[in-house]
Amino acid sequence: MATTPTRPKFELKMGPATREAYGQALVELGTKNPNLVVLDADLAKSTFSAKFQEKFPERFFTCGIAEANMVSISSGLALCGKLTFASSFAVFLCDKGYDQMRTCVAYPRVNAKFCGSHGGISIGEDGPSQQSVEDIALMCALDGFTVLVPSDEFCARALVHRMAEHNGPVYMRTGRAKAPIIYSAQDSFEIGKAKVHGDGRDVAIVACGLEVGYALQAQAQLEEEGIRARVIDMHTIKPLDEAAIAKAASECGAIVSAEEHLLDGGLGAHVAQAVAKSRPVPMEFVAIQDTYAESGTPDQLMEKYGLTAPYIVKAVRSVLKRKS
Amino acid sequence: MSATLVTKVTNNVKLTPAGPRIESTAELKRLANRVRIEIIKMIGAAASGHPGGSLSEVELLAALYFRVLRHDPSNPTWRERDRFILSKGHGCPALYAILAEAGYIDPALLPTLRKLGSPLQGHPDKRMLPALEASTGSLGQGISVGIGMALAARLDKLDYHTFVMVGDGEIQEGQNWEAAMFAPYHKLQNLTVIVDCNRQQLDGFTKDILAVDPLPAKFSSFGWNAVEIDGHNFDEVIPALENARANSSGKPTAIIAHTVKGKGVSFMENNPKWHGVAPKPEEVAAAVKELESAK
Repeated sequence: MATTPTRPKFELKMGPATREAYGQALVELGTKNPNLVVLDADLAKSTFSAKFQEKFPERFFTCGIAEANMVSISSGLALCGKLTFASSFAVFLCDKGYDQMRTCVAYPRVNAKFCGSHGGISIGEDGPSQQSVEDIALMCALDGFTVLVPSDEFCARALVHRMAEHNGPVYMRTGRAKAPIIYSAQDSFEIGKAKVHGDGRDVAIVACGLEVGYALQAQAQLEEEGIRARVIDMHTIKPLDEAAIAKAASECGAIVSAEEHLLDGGLGAHVAQAVAKSRPVPMEFVAIQDTYAESGTPDQLMEKYGLTAPYIVKAVRSVLKRKS
Repeated sequence: MSATLVTKVTNNVKLTPAGPRIESTAELKRLANRVRIEIIKMIGAAASGHPGGSLSEVELLAALYFRVLRHDPSNPTWRERDRFILSKGHGCPALYAILAEAGYIDPALLPTLRKLGSPLQGHPDKRMLPALEASTGSLGQGISVGIGMALAARLDKLDYHTFVMVGDGEIQEGQNWEAAMFAPYHKLQNLTVIVDCNRQQLDGFTKDILAVDPLPAKFSSFGWNAVEIDGHNFDEVIPALENARANSSGKPTAIIAHTVKGKGVSFMENNPKWHGVAPKPEEVAAAVKELESAK
């Protein structure tokens, strides 16, 4: 097969899915913290909480297919001093457990942790009923919640440890699909502190989750055209690293956001708020427009719904036209 | 107040405070009457609130806080205390009045119910009042939270018991039945659900909205020990709660307590209008007069 000339030359090596890193980190945490309790709602093999279940069955509770019950049980355990991590598919955990997240966790500020796996449309063939495209908006709307979207296995693993150390409710979105390797075990991560790749001053691309890989591909392609972009891995959506955003707005003068989530209430919307508060600059948004997706392979869906590197490049070109 | 602090030997052969305790049923009845007067006054002063479901639960709460729960008002965060969750959060005026009687809160706070800045929020809010075990008000979630507490007790090898009070209307929420399946499966004998079965909900009588009967059969078919009692008769309430506290059957307990909504105030009894309407000043006066004459 002939090489397509427009295809970005920059390729990242694929690593495991962020959900696998979640399971691995739970085992690491469980080994050093006997107070850790893990819950799941009949998707432990998919969320990888089953890794913890294998090692620590006496501290693992499967709640059956009953997410609302699981969220409230987590609250009761946490109110008695247990460190709880509860997981399911993002769409079921957040949407079916939302009132419980609000009443039993958010407003009483209960120290419970949650992980929604299979976030976004890259879950693929299962189709829209299983694809969470609104979890970031939902969870950011809960007062007191910290919201994390790691980009690769190293980021996810480190952030699970930060979740455990953090006092307060935290939600992490993980993905089903394999994620490109961006970091190494030597990289450190802090909640609320973005990772900045490059110091380009033409445009800043703010991305989270799988979009960070696409953003780095776009950055490489733009570099060949003489456009110098910086990529900001915004693994913490809430609290947002407003300092990194303000710096990017002021140094680059144009911002593109990229996320595997609905445009409404997602990363781009939160970045736009921060930009409007600090230094208004033109922005473009790579996100799922006001629609649900469909069945298909992850690659097909990311392409069809406009989330791959070429779409980020296109968004950069349009934002640069508006840059003063 | 004739309550006295006593000590109790636990399974760990450790002396622990057991909270205020009232041995005499006559004295408990007097306390219940005082609590009812406070409920009417508080809701009247707030000009909003839920008198009917507060009045129906008074004997159940009085028996819990003055006879059954192992607790220590001077140490509300005592790790080994029994837990109580009022899942039917709108019934909180009764709980606040009981907490004042038990010494958790200053009785002078009671007239601040539902007022800006008061810890006595319209529905129980743990942020404002640490003596509460959980924030409630969105119905149907308390049993699940109680399950979490009962699991924590088992994991930590502590022998505290968790009690959760729900309303019979509240039982319509589906999450209760997720919880009802979970607790017996995990043999949570350290969990007790009390259904304040006052036969009414906001829009009318439960039988006319969505019938919940037969509750004992529903719970027992899910694997609970289900018992039915008169929820206003201390001679039935106290043994049922004590048996649940001492339960070693491997099953959780469901106490279906038959109660009268608006109990003690004749014009409120069995009238769904008083689910969530505050008495006007002249109605407060009439209700208080009736309750005082019943002393």
